[in-house]
Amino acid sequence: MTAAAERDATTGNEALNGAEVLLRVLDEQGVEVVFGYPGGAVLPIYDALFKQDRIRHILVRHEQAAVHAAEAYARSTGKVGVVLVTSGPGATNAVTGLVDALMDSIPLVCLTGQVPTKLIGNDAFQEADTTGITRPATKHNYLVRTPGALAQTVREAFEVARSGRPGPVLVDLPKDITVGQAPLTAPAMSRLKRFRHQGGPDAEAIARTVQAMKTAKRPLFYTGGGIINSGPEASELLRRLARKTGFPVTSTLMGLGAFPSPDPQFLGMLGMHGSVEANMATHGCDLLIALGARFDDRVTGRVDAFSPNSFKVHADIDPSQIGKIIRVDVRLEGDVRDTLQALLDAWDDTPAPDLSTWWNQIASWRSVDGFGFTQDMTPSAVIRPQHAIRRLYEMAMETGRDTFVSTEVGQHQMWAAQHFQFAEPNRWLTSGGLGTMGYGLPAAVGAQVAHPDALVIDIAGEASTLMNIQELGTIAQYRLPVKIFILNNQYMGMVRQWQELLHGSRYSQSYSEALPDFVKLAEAFQATGMRATCVGELDDVIRRMLEHDGPVIADICVAENENCYPMIPSGAAHNQMLLGPDQDSAAAGLTEEGMMLV
Amino acid sequence: MTETIQNSVISVLIENESGALARVVGLFSGRGYNIESLTVALVDAERSLSRITVLTSGTSQVIEQIKAQLKRLIPVHAVCDLMEEGPYVGRELALVKVVSRGESRTEGLRIADSFRARPVDTTATSFVFELTGSPAKIDAFIELMRPLGLAEVSRTGIAAIGRGPSVFHVNEEHV
Repeated sequence: MTAAAERDATTGNEALNGAEVLLRVLDEQGVEVVFGYPGGAVLPIYDALFKQDRIRHILVRHEQAAVHAAEAYARSTGKVGVVLVTSGPGATNAVTGLVDALMDSIPLVCLTGQVPTKLIGNDAFQEADTTGITRPATKHNYLVRTPGALAQTVREAFEVARSGRPGPVLVDLPKDITVGQAPLTAPAMSRLKRFRHQGGPDAEAIARTVQAMKTAKRPLFYTGGGIINSGPEASELLRRLARKTGFPVTSTLMGLGAFPSPDPQFLGMLGMHGSVEANMATHGCDLLIALGARFDDRVTGRVDAFSPNSFKVHADIDPSQIGKIIRVDVRLEGDVRDTLQALLDAWDDTPAPDLSTWWNQIASWRSVDGFGFTQDMTPSAVIRPQHAIRRLYEMAMETGRDTFVSTEVGQHQMWAAQHFQFAEPNRWLTSGGLGTMGYGLPAAVGAQVAHPDALVIDIAGEASTLMNIQELGTIAQYRLPVKIFILNNQYMGMVRQWQELLHGSRYSQSYSEALPDFVKLAEAFQATGMRATCVGELDDVIRRMLEHDGPVIADICVAENENCYPMIPSGAAHNQMLLGPDQDSAAAGLTEEGMMLV
Repeated sequence: MTETIQNSVISVLIENESGALARVVGLFSGRGYNIESLTVALVDAERSLSRITVLTSGTSQVIEQIKAQLKRLIPVHAVCDLMEEGPYVGRELALVKVVSRGESRTEGLRIADSFRARPVDTTATSFVFELTGSPAKIDAFIELMRPLGLAEVSRTGIAAIGRGPSVFHVNEEHV
């Protein structure tokens, strides 16, 4: 503690170097954990970390993984995730994670080292134009040019990351700024007041919405990740509003958990691999209330055929999202929590309207059971991936433990969204907007660090998980009891599915050649490996995995050619779902004629 | 349902800081918006604010998106759609070099005079004309100069401001 004890000769304040000032500000911002990887340009910061014990550092094995871990930390706690990486390759490796966080509105502060100010622009060793590269990859970024600007810049970075629509913010820190003395300036007044939504939801817009709610015959709430970002209170208000009105609720991939999946009022996820009832209700509703969702193309399908006959209300904290894809009738700008509260207040004690005709129609769509599958229970039978996830869900629930699920990207991700149920928000960690393969394993690291006693499962595919498999080292170092549940079909399954359906079954480069032996791989990283090759072995593997108190890789060998259904082909409308080889869409009433019944 | 493409003149008050212009230009290129012209200069040294004027085009939905996306940028203090706000004055400055002799030279000078273009550099074989006006006026001048020895053109892109007493400024509370 030598440096901290010294005094500045002129001011009498503690003489701190920039790195120490940085850590003081992180501490002041409530940061407990930083995910990072050291390197030349951040050595002063690592030296300052070494000399303190308030902020914990988790050493990852690749900078991309640091960002995904911080994303999951943020998503599962509601706090800002913090990343610390070096200049040049450290920063460029982080870019995928930053864009992932930008697309999914995850609050992050990414601290990058930079070459000393004097060397910037000279093609110095490990120099990259980090602020230039990450300008479109972040909500905002900064290059700290003077010691005096350091403390306030870092404070503002946190404010930008967590305020409004959350997102990743990068602060580039030249080495001379962190090595040299810097003042720990007092917090200054925010210069970001103009970004705060003033005065709550627009009263007239709330009144028009509630009027539409009272007269609607076929209403639907379409909820998104904004409800999760707004905090648990928003989920609670959504539940109350749904109870009071009796309206059905569908959710985007990012919004799962805001409304309890097992609830009869929940129609499941909508969109490309959404449920029949969710997509048909979206197509057929006469009032669509979007809450913290952004009409992604995976949700809308063909835009000009999206929910063609509905009065549309869009609530979002980011005004640029309203009317971006779909023209709406009512704009509700602001935090969705405030909007939900205002809707509840305006609805007041209005009795729930009679929606029995609408619910009967929904019941008939539900009876199609678009997520249905048949598992041959002969012990030697091949495991169907949907069955593996259903059993994982059921057996995880039996443990009674708080459960967090991360996923990689592809078929397994969609099956997880379809078959794993979430009763609470912040438990579902997936890469929605960017669709980043390799997200799930580092995300599981971040979630387990945030929730050491929780059950954390990475539902993975064998191809995706190999993209950040080096994080088994992080898991071993910190003894994180993460469960990696690999649905191993030996294919990049979603690529294979599109090749089968759209490219004449020409499986170009989608076969997972030369896979490792995942059981031996687990052992090489001091984890426990297990394998289920047939349905008779599945429950036992899941049971042993859940009972084991350390990290596990469960290699679940599943049917190679299974496709994920229902599926709305790109550019098709919601009532043009493919239900799979066994089901006739016309017979299920998924036609315009069927819609006339509504 | 083809929508008409309209022109739009958008003024942006933005903090005069490193990278601010790159954020605006990157927004346009990244999201595929048009930039017909763009001008930028410091207009308020005390508060360190620059004014950017962008001439752009798109459907009304795209123009709305451009404005909404600009407002999300952290250094942006205010965004104004001059065409939507009411009548405005848009002016561009051009420097036009004409290299010619004899008949063409006198004809060029005569046309320049009628456009109120001022020769700011003269040699025995060349003129540089300075001309301000609407982009359409400058286009017309350049077309007339083309057969008369037009050699080089430098244009600023338009600077624009609303007519009348109403003022486009930043909210004082938020500076």
